[in-house]
Amino acid sequence: MENIVNIFVKSVFIDNMIFAYFLGMCSYLAVSKTVKTSVGLGIAVIFVLGITVPINYLMEIYILKEGALIWISGKLADVDLSFLTFIMFIAVIASMVQLVEMIIEKFSPTLYNNLGIFLPLIAVNCAILGGSLFMQQREYNSILEATSFGLGSGVGWFLAIVGIAAIREKIRYSNVPDPLKGLGITFIITGLMGIAFMSFMGIKL
Amino acid sequence: MNDKEPLFSSKNMKLLKGPLNKDNPITVQVLGICSALAITVNLKPSVVMAIAVLAVLAVSNVVISLLRKYIPPRIRIIVQLTVIASMVILVDLILKAFAYDISKQLSVFVGLIITNCIIMGRLEAFAMANKPWQSFLDGVGNAAGYGIILIIVAFFRELLGSGTLWDYPVFEKLGIYNSGYSDNGLMILPPMALVTVGIIIWVQRSKNRDLIETH
Repeated sequence: MENIVNIFVKSVFIDNMIFAYFLGMCSYLAVSKTVKTSVGLGIAVIFVLGITVPINYLMEIYILKEGALIWISGKLADVDLSFLTFIMFIAVIASMVQLVEMIIEKFSPTLYNNLGIFLPLIAVNCAILGGSLFMQQREYNSILEATSFGLGSGVGWFLAIVGIAAIREKIRYSNVPDPLKGLGITFIITGLMGIAFMSFMGIKL
Repeated sequence: MNDKEPLFSSKNMKLLKGPLNKDNPITVQVLGICSALAITVNLKPSVVMAIAVLAVLAVSNVVISLLRKYIPPRIRIIVQLTVIASMVILVDLILKAFAYDISKQLSVFVGLIITNCIIMGRLEAFAMANKPWQSFLDGVGNAAGYGIILIIVAFFRELLGSGTLWDYPVFEKLGIYNSGYSDNGLMILPPMALVTVGIIIWVQRSKNRDLIETH
């Protein structure tokens, strides 16, 4: 149990998707103009990461790993499908995003209206595929650990995008040099936020 | 270049050259930043990454452009992702076979070429509506624009952060350390990649004032 909490905290602060690995930067920069939309996108990312990481974990354990097909029959013990990882993960993500979109539309139209346009965008958000690939690389022991990693990464991404959106709303009133306005200053602020987040790095969990 | 005029007509050359400066995928279109920054600590992986993206983008642009009339619009994203993912698997296997160290260094970022927004963005915006040759040029141009930024960032980060270039100890050979200089460890850390790109944008926009945003 302690282990699971540790993984969660670690993936929110120390291994933050944006500040430590720059994943999901494209939508992070494009959608962070106002706090309201960035909250919507952030929630959608938490949602999708929390679902796709555990599903891809099962894929990894039961299909892709070397010898993973042994549960079908002993003859398949030597089969190694790991070269299919990318295509499998991205297919899971694309179909999950589609499915989540349909479910939300059916059961919660208000949430759908808030998230609506962001959900399809998420299929190509690097943070989502990155989450699954890191999960594979770090070899978590149980599906609970993988889920907590997925949710933690999502929350970390959410915090980062809401933070930058709030700063960008304020910075409109500041006197930034013309060529730096917009994109340039956003990059530099993200860098500074990253340095602040690095203070968590010494924490050993 | 002169015998087959239409192949390199001025319009086609524009497709190739535009992304290098005024239409740069990273600094102007804001695409493909995700993987651009994490691997720019050293020159070598950055160059490999740039070549990998060039190969994937050029080929998948052509493939999608050839298929563009047969892809039903509703499932186009899945089709595009499948084409890209197959290309990336090829690149990944080639890297693992011929450049294992670099492949280890790039870790998940080879896989992340799939979701590199440059590729999806160019497929969606260009290859779906244009002929194969133009799409090829567009792919090469955009990947080159991406590569250039990658290499500039990596150049400064490696030089200032570790005092080397392509693993060659430049500062040591020049004897700069003897005069009391020491490497700036901050440049190796991830946040400085962002600041470096920010400064590149600053320089580029002060040269091309029409790119300046209003707020």
